[in-house]
Amino acid sequence: MAIDLHKYANPTRFLRIANAIFPWSIVTTVVLLATGLYLGLFVSPADYQQGETVRIMFVHVPAAWMAMSVYSMMAVSSAAGLIWKHPVADLSAKAAAPIGACFTFLALVTGSLWGQPMWGAYWVWDARLTSMLILLFLYLGYMAVWGSFEDQSKAAKAAAILVLIGAINIPIIKFSVDWWNTLHQPASVATMDGPKIHSSILTPLLIMGLGYTSLFVTIFIIRVRTEILGRRLRMLRVNQLQE
Amino acid sequence: MNEFFEMGGYGNFIWSSYGLSAGVLIFLVIISVRQLRQVERDLAPLEETRRSFRKRPVKEGATS
Amino acid sequence: MRSFLALLKRDMLLAYRQGSALTMTLSFFVIAVTLFPLGVGPELNVLARIGPGVLWVGALLACLLTLDRIFQADFEDGTLEQLMLGPLSIEFIVLTKIIAHWVMSVLPLIAITPILAISLNVHADGIWAMIFSLLIGSPVLSLIGAVGAALTVAMRRGGVLLSLLVLPLYIPVLIFGVASVEAAVALMPMAPHLMLLGGLSLGALVVCPFAAAAALRLAVE
Repeated sequence: MAIDLHKYANPTRFLRIANAIFPWSIVTTVVLLATGLYLGLFVSPADYQQGETVRIMFVHVPAAWMAMSVYSMMAVSSAAGLIWKHPVADLSAKAAAPIGACFTFLALVTGSLWGQPMWGAYWVWDARLTSMLILLFLYLGYMAVWGSFEDQSKAAKAAAILVLIGAINIPIIKFSVDWWNTLHQPASVATMDGPKIHSSILTPLLIMGLGYTSLFVTIFIIRVRTEILGRRLRMLRVNQLQE
Repeated sequence: MNEFFEMGGYGNFIWSSYGLSAGVLIFLVIISVRQLRQVERDLAPLEETRRSFRKRPVKEGATS
Repeated sequence: MRSFLALLKRDMLLAYRQGSALTMTLSFFVIAVTLFPLGVGPELNVLARIGPGVLWVGALLACLLTLDRIFQADFEDGTLEQLMLGPLSIEFIVLTKIIAHWVMSVLPLIAITPILAISLNVHADGIWAMIFSLLIGSPVLSLIGAVGAALTVAMRRGGVLLSLLVLPLYIPVLIFGVASVEAAVALMPMAPHLMLLGGLSLGALVVCPFAAAAALRLAVE
């Protein structure tokens, strides 16, 4: 297993695989997002309770899914970076962080745009919104750590430690925020998960989710390439100075 | 057509959330591609000199 | 064990002789809490309502002020490196620092909380709950804070980053801490909240020294 992992950890090999996937990921992203948007905006009916605003769900929920799964992916690859000293693992966590932060931000903004017509307020201290906000802070802290070390290999380890502590904390934070919310439940808040989701809404939602995932893969490949080449650039510059 | 854009009175909210999502994600793509181009541009001359020094091909993939 | 205690004694003595830091944190705590009545108005009902939260947030921020000093001085004059060469493993060095920080910087905050709580018109039951919840929950502040301090110790201006890293992780303690006080004021059982706080403390005690030690190795190497 370890040997296998190291095979993929090799930057050159990683780049070769990424280059092979890349065109396909662009195509699937475009196709999935186009289908998802068409189904979501034209085909799926308005919800009988929430009316047309339910369509915000098609950009909100996938963003929230991605926000969480990108963080878990960062935690896994940071752990791999710490344990097996993968050359690509740290860089991949670094490359994923801004994408995850963008998804989290979008989940928050679209959530509050959905909240205004539904709850009558742009922001309510709903458990989910609050946890998302905290997740955004975690992403920002992670990116700040990368930015404030000059030595990249130290930054990688420090960021990995932070992301793992955060990953242990996330379930606790989630639980505490839910707890807090049930204690302070405002009377008028309607929950998002009212009636069962009908398939006419579920299908475009899933397609949008897959579309977001493949968009993530596309941007991720671009960013990891940038990181790998950037590391090579620094190395060559140091070599040049030494010669 | 107009009805479609109004979205039963909630057009503002719906279109601004779709617009923001598209805007942020497209911005992210553009930024990422730009950074990649920048690194590639900086890397090209270094790889060139390295190749002429060492007289041996640089690893495949790193330059493409 | 003996070197552990010796180190602990040394750290506490150092903190004690540097008394100015302690008075500054205490005054910060008092001033920060004083600002709230001035901000929201002197109405006693309102103050009693927000009191527990204000005190917890104030204690959290005051604790944050002293965090960056956990490792700073020893890191800068090289003591930390010497300690690491010694018989004690880094995890234990970290643990002594954390205990010293908690005893010297956090306990005094807890000691003056009752006075501030009275000034905010918190109910008497609430004051007891406040002390209990702080005693049980505040070790988490030192423990998680030590990880942040270790991560940022080598940076020139790590203080701001430290708060960005640490504050989101403090949220569960804040929530359960305030919830226990509110439960006590409402004459409801506060044991579940306190148990959760204790669980957080024990969990952090297991994880944080290792993480902080890993971060310190990084800073020193």
